[in-house]
Amino acid sequence: MFPPIPNPSVSPDAAVQRFGEKDIMRRSASEVTPPAERLTEVAKLIDVTKCIGCKACQAACLEWNNLHEEIGFNHGVYTNPMDLTPDTFTLMRFTEWVNPETDNLEWLIRKDGCMHCEDPGCLKACPAPGAIVQYSNGIVDFQHENCIGCGYCIKGCPFNIPRISKVDHTAYKCTLCSDRVAVGQGPACQKACPTQAIVFGTKDEMKEWADFRIKDLKSRGFENAGLYDPQGVGGTHVMYVLHHADTPSIYAGLPDNPRISPIVDAWKGVTKYVGLAVMGFAAAAGFLHYVVAGPNKVSEEDEENAERLTEGKAPPPPEPTQGHTQHGSTP
Amino acid sequence: MTAYDQKPETPDDVEAGDAVHPGHPVTVDRYTLGARINHWITATSLVLLALSGMALFTPRLFFLTGLFGGGQWTRAIHPWIGVVLFFSFLILFVRFFRANLPAREDVDWVAHSADLLAGREEKMPEVGKYNAGQKFVFWSMSGLIIVLIASGVVMWDQYFYNLTTIEQKRIAILVHAVAAVCIICVWIIHVYAAIWVKGTIGAMTRGQVTGGWAWRHHRKWLRELVGKGNPRGPHAPAE
Amino acid sequence: MTNSWTDIRNTDLVVIMGGNAAEAHPCGFKWVTEAKANRGAKLIVVDPRYTRSASVADYYAPIRQGTDIAFLLGVINYCIQNDKVQWEYTKAFTNAAYLVKEGFAYQDGLFTGYDEGKRDYNKDSWDYEIGPDGYAVVDETLQNPRCVWNLLKQHVATYTPELVERICGTPKDKFLKVAEMIAECSSPTKAMTSMYALGWTQHSKGSQNIRTMAMLQLILGNIGIRGGGMNALRGHSNIQGLTDVGLMSNMLPGYLNLPTEKEADLATYMSTRGFKPLRPNQMSYWQNYRKFFVSFQKSMFGPAATAENDWAYDYLPKLDVAFYDILRAFELMNQGKMNLYICQGFNPFQAFPNRGKLAKGLAKLKLLVIMDPLQTETARFWEDHGVYNKVDPSDIQTEVLQLPTTCFAEDEGSLVNSGRWLQWHWPGGSPPGEARTDVWIMSQIFLRLREMYRKEGGPFPDPILNLHWPYKDENEPTAEELAKELNGYVVSDVADPNDPTKKLLEAGKQVSGFGVLRDDGSTACGCWIYSGCFTEAGNMMARRDNSDPDDTGAYLKWSFAWPANRRIIYNRASCDLDGKPWDPSRKLIEWDGSKWTGYDVPDIAPTAKPRDVGPFIMNPEGVSRLFARKMMRDGPFPVHYEPFESPVANLIAPKIVGNPVARVFPDDWKQFAETASPDFPYAATSYRLTEHFHYWTKNNHVNAVLQPEQFVEISEELAKEKGIALGGWVRVWSKRGEILAKAVVTKRIKPMTIDGKTVHVVGIPIHWGFIGAARKGFPANVLTPFVGDANIETPEFKAFLVNIEASTGPVA
Repeated sequence: MFPPIPNPSVSPDAAVQRFGEKDIMRRSASEVTPPAERLTEVAKLIDVTKCIGCKACQAACLEWNNLHEEIGFNHGVYTNPMDLTPDTFTLMRFTEWVNPETDNLEWLIRKDGCMHCEDPGCLKACPAPGAIVQYSNGIVDFQHENCIGCGYCIKGCPFNIPRISKVDHTAYKCTLCSDRVAVGQGPACQKACPTQAIVFGTKDEMKEWADFRIKDLKSRGFENAGLYDPQGVGGTHVMYVLHHADTPSIYAGLPDNPRISPIVDAWKGVTKYVGLAVMGFAAAAGFLHYVVAGPNKVSEEDEENAERLTEGKAPPPPEPTQGHTQHGSTP
Repeated sequence: MTAYDQKPETPDDVEAGDAVHPGHPVTVDRYTLGARINHWITATSLVLLALSGMALFTPRLFFLTGLFGGGQWTRAIHPWIGVVLFFSFLILFVRFFRANLPAREDVDWVAHSADLLAGREEKMPEVGKYNAGQKFVFWSMSGLIIVLIASGVVMWDQYFYNLTTIEQKRIAILVHAVAAVCIICVWIIHVYAAIWVKGTIGAMTRGQVTGGWAWRHHRKWLRELVGKGNPRGPHAPAE
Repeated sequence: MTNSWTDIRNTDLVVIMGGNAAEAHPCGFKWVTEAKANRGAKLIVVDPRYTRSASVADYYAPIRQGTDIAFLLGVINYCIQNDKVQWEYTKAFTNAAYLVKEGFAYQDGLFTGYDEGKRDYNKDSWDYEIGPDGYAVVDETLQNPRCVWNLLKQHVATYTPELVERICGTPKDKFLKVAEMIAECSSPTKAMTSMYALGWTQHSKGSQNIRTMAMLQLILGNIGIRGGGMNALRGHSNIQGLTDVGLMSNMLPGYLNLPTEKEADLATYMSTRGFKPLRPNQMSYWQNYRKFFVSFQKSMFGPAATAENDWAYDYLPKLDVAFYDILRAFELMNQGKMNLYICQGFNPFQAFPNRGKLAKGLAKLKLLVIMDPLQTETARFWEDHGVYNKVDPSDIQTEVLQLPTTCFAEDEGSLVNSGRWLQWHWPGGSPPGEARTDVWIMSQIFLRLREMYRKEGGPFPDPILNLHWPYKDENEPTAEELAKELNGYVVSDVADPNDPTKKLLEAGKQVSGFGVLRDDGSTACGCWIYSGCFTEAGNMMARRDNSDPDDTGAYLKWSFAWPANRRIIYNRASCDLDGKPWDPSRKLIEWDGSKWTGYDVPDIAPTAKPRDVGPFIMNPEGVSRLFARKMMRDGPFPVHYEPFESPVANLIAPKIVGNPVARVFPDDWKQFAETASPDFPYAATSYRLTEHFHYWTKNNHVNAVLQPEQFVEISEELAKEKGIALGGWVRVWSKRGEILAKAVVTKRIKPMTIDGKTVHVVGIPIHWGFIGAARKGFPANVLTPFVGDANIETPEFKAFLVNIEASTGPVA
C-alpha cells in the first residue's frame, strides 16, 4: 500500500499555505522572474491497471470543487458525461479493446483530465496576463479573475482538456486540487480512490512507485507495461501506468507523442514577431515616405485644366509637362 | 441620376452619384452619402477589430482591452464587430466592385508606380475612378475579410465550438492572425494614401473632390463624367 | 464472511464468482488490489459478463447465469481426479470419513425421499450411520463406499469438463485453466479466497451455490486460514447486522430460532436443540443454546420472564409456516390476507420480484406505513407516472402513511460489516425537517399500543404489557442503552460455587462475553453473539486503534468483531492436527503445548488439546460438512438445477424444472416462461452498478450524473441480429412485464453456446424508478420471476427469460 496522506492537522498553523504567488514559475502573457528555488515537483500517478472504473474520483471531483454537472443521458456506453465539460474536470473513459495478440477483451478505463504539463500548451497560448499560472511544484492552475474566455488554451492543449463555461465564460480544468495540495493534502480524486489506482506525492516518489507497479505488471505478462510521462511536453505532473505503454492511443485516444502543436508554436512564435514587424514596417515606411517625398498636392494648373475640360474647351495636352510636378503650383 | 448599371454603355468606373459641377473651382461628386456612411462603418469596425484583435494577439498590446471594457468584453465583442464589418463591407463591395474591375491602364499604372512614389505623377497613365493601387486595396480587403470571417467563425467557440476540430481551430487561428496582419498592412497603405494625397479625405467626408484633384489623379474618370454630362460628348445623357 | 475485508490482502488467489466485487464493493476491493500488488496474488473472474472486476482480473471465464453449481462441482471433480486435495485437512477437519446411512441415494437429479406433490423431501436417510456408542461411524481410511468422500466422488464424477462446457457455456480450455489455478491452492501454503454476493444468493438454489464453493474450499484446506475463507460481500452496510439480530421472520437474535406451532412449550422447543456431540470430546457449542435463549428472554421481558413461566416462552409468536418471507407477504396481500404493511427502510416496490404482482398486493392493503429517509416508489405506488407507473389513483383505497426517518449519517449506533465487525458511528449532521430516528418512531408505536392494551385490554396483551422497557427516556432509548442490552448484563448476583463470599457476577454489571451467560435467569442478553461489544471496559465497537502486530490484517483493537472479537472464524483449522500452522507465514494461532495463542482470538476452548477437539466447534461433529445431513432442503450435496426460467432443459435431469423443492405459489407458475421458450429466447440477469446504490442514490445529483439513465446490455451479435443501435431505445419484456431502456451494445457480453444452442445474454441494471434526480426509468423487477431460494427464499433475480426488440422509447 502506498502510505496514505494523513488527514490535515486542525491546529491553526497547519493552515499556512505551502505554496502561492511567490512560487509562480510561469504566468500567461507575462514575464515573471522564476523563483530562485524550485519547490519539490509533485505528481499524481494514475495506475490504469488498478483502476476499476468506479468513478469515485469523478464524484469526489464534483463534490470537492462544488461543480454542478447536468444529468445527461445514456449514450450506449459507461462513460458519462460523454466528454469533459466546464463542470467535469475529470472523466472516466471506457474503451473495449481486443488485444490482437491474445484475442482477449480488455476493458481499458482511463481517468481523463489535465496532465499538468511541465511545458503547458494552454499557458503558452493564453493571451490574458495571469489567467494561467504554473507553480514551481508543477501545478498548472487557471485564475478565473484574469481569464477572458477566448478558448486559446483549448487550442494550446495537446490533450484537449480545458473547457469554457457558458455561464461565466472562463476556462475550467483540473486544478490538481491546488487548494488541497497547498495545505498538505492530496487531490480529492486521489483521496476517494478505493484501490489506490490514484496516488499522489513527489514526482520522484511517483516514478519509483510506478516502477514497482510496472514490475508487477511485467510479471503478469504485460511486457509493454510502462509509465506515461510524455517528454514532448517536458513530462507531466499527472502520469499514467499503462499495461500497453507502447500504444497509449488505445486508451480512449491518449496521445502517443503529445507536444504543443507546431501550429500553435508558429502562431505564438514566428507569426507574432513577424506580424508585428511587418505592421510596424508598413507604418514606418509611410511615415518615411511622407517625410522624404512630402504631400501629393493638387496644383492650380490641375484645377484650371479641370475647369477647361468642363467648359468644353480644348482639352489640355495629354502629355504632362515639366511644370506639372507636385511642386508646380505656379499659375 | 445615372445608375452605374443602368446603361450598358456607362463606363464601369462611373458609379451612382458621380457627377461634375462646373464652376470655380470645378467640384466633382465622388461618393454619395450612403457610400460614405457605409465606408465609415466599415472603417470604424476595422479599426476596432484591429485594436481588439491586436490586444488578443500579443500580450504587449493586451492593455488595449481596456478600450473595450476589459478582456472579457474584448473577447466577446470582437467577433460581433467582425460580423458588422463583414456585412458593411459586403454592401461596400457591391457598391464598388464594378469600378474596381481591372482595366487596361492598370498594368501601365503599376509599371509606373515607382514614379508615383517618387512624385512623378505626370508620368502616370490616365486612370479611371480607381487606380491600380486602390484596386489592390479593394480586392485585398475583400479577400482578407472573407478569410478573416471564415477563420473567425471557426474560432468563435461561444457559438460554433462543436462544428470543427481543435486541429482545424488551430489552423484557423494561425490563418486569422496572418490575415489580420495583412489586412492591417493594407489598411496602413490605404490610410497613408489618403493622407499623402491631399484632397482625398474630402471625398469620404463631404463626398466631393475638386476638379483639379480629379484631373490630377483620375483624369480618365473625370473625362468620362464630363462626357456623360455633355450631349455633344461621346455618351448621351442618362435622362 | 468467515474472514474479514482486511484479510483478503493475505490471499494468493481471489475467485470472484457470484459477485462483482469491483463493481458492487469498490472500497472492499482495495484489499484485492493489495493482494495482487504486494503478494502477486491472482484474480479469477467467472461471470456471464466481462465485468469491472474482470477488467482487472488475471483470468476471465464466461459462464451462463444459474449454472455455478455445475461449474464448481466440475472443479471439485477436477481436484479429486487430479489429486489436488489438502488431504490432511480434508480427512481431519471435514466429514469426508463419516459413513452415511444405508438408504441414502441420488438419482436423476433427486435424492432419496422426494415427494413431488409436496415439492419436499423426507430427509430421514440423509444422515450419518450412528454407532452403538451413540457417535457417528467414521472410516479414517476413506475405503468404505458409504463414506461421505466416496459418495461425493461419485456425485461429482458426472461433472466432467465436457459437461461443464455443455451446461455452463464455459469453453473447456477456459474451465480447465480456472480449475487448474484453483487446484493449486490445495497446497497448505497457498490460500484462495472466494468473494461472492447476490450473484450466488439470488437464485432458486442460492444457498447451494455457496455451499458448493464452501465444499471446494474445504477440500482445498482454505477455511479458517489467513487469506482463505468463504467471504460473502454484504450489500448494505448493516445487512449483516440485520441477520445477526434476527430480522428474518423465522429467527431470534444470534441465529436462535423462533418456535414453530409444533413447539408448544419450552421443553419441546429445547428437545431438538440438545446438540449432543456426534464425536467424542467435541465442543458442540450449541449445547449452550438454552443459556442464550433464556438470557434473550430475560432481556426481552425482564422480571416477567421467570423459571415458572418457562422464561415467558408463551410470549413468543409461533410460526405456522416455515417463513413469513417477503414473497409470502406479497402473496398474502394478493390473497387479501395481509392488510397492514409496515415498511421500514425498504423499497419493496422496486426490490421484490414481479412488480405487477406487487402493485396488486399493495393496492389491496388497508394501510401501508413507510418509514424511510427518502421518498420511495413504494410510498408512491398509487401515483400515476405515465408509462413508468400507469395507475389510476382513484382505484386504490390503500391509506399510505409516510414517516420520515433519519439516515445512517444522522444518528448514532453500530453498523456490522461483511467481516462481522460492529463499528460504532456518530452523527455527522442533523436530520432534516420532521425526520426522527427509527428508534423514536418504533418507541412511539410501542408506547401507544401498550397504552391501548392497558386501557382496552385485548386477547393476550401480556407480551406487550410486559415488554421490558428500562430506558431512561422511554420515548427514545439511546443507541448506547440498546447496545448495552445487546451485549448483556447481570440481572442478579452469581456467587462463586467454590467460595460463596465471592461474586462471580455482580448484578447490574455488563457481562464480559457470552461465556458467562446462564440459563437460570441471572443474566440477560439481547443477542448472544454480540456479547462482548459493550462491556464494563466500555464500548468496544468504538475502538479505533489500527495497530496490527506483524501485519496479519487482524486489527484486533479496531472495533469489535462477533463472536468474541474473533476475526477469522474456524481459525483452529489454520493449524494441523498437532496445532502447528499449516503455513508458518500465515500463522493465526498455534498450540504452545498448554494453550492456544496467537494473533487472533482462538476459535476453540483455549486449553482444548489439538488432537482431541475439532475446529468446527458449532457442529456436533467438530468437523465441517461436505455432506450437509438434513440441513439443506434441497439435498445434502448440491445438484445442478436450471433456473425456473431457462433457455435449455436441465442436461442432467431433463424433467426437472427449476429447483425441485423451491416453493412456488400456484398463480406464479402461470407467469413463468416455459423452458427454451421461443417467445422469450434470451437469458436475462439483473445487477447493480458502481455508480448507484440500489434505489437510494438516484435521488442524489452526483450519482445521477454518473449514470443518468436506465440501460440494458447486450452483445454486438444480438444487437446486429435484432437491429438494435448503440444508445438506441429497446423494449425488453418477460412473461410478467416490459421495460424500455437504452441499449449498451458491448463486447463484454458474448453469446454462449449451450449444448450446441446459441444463448444470448441480456443484462439489466436495477437502479432506476419514477422517483429521484436521475431520469425516470423502469426497475428490473418489472421482469423478474416470483420465486425464491429453496432454503431462504431469496428471489431469483439473476436468471430469467426475456425477449428484446428495438423501440422508439417511451412516449411522454
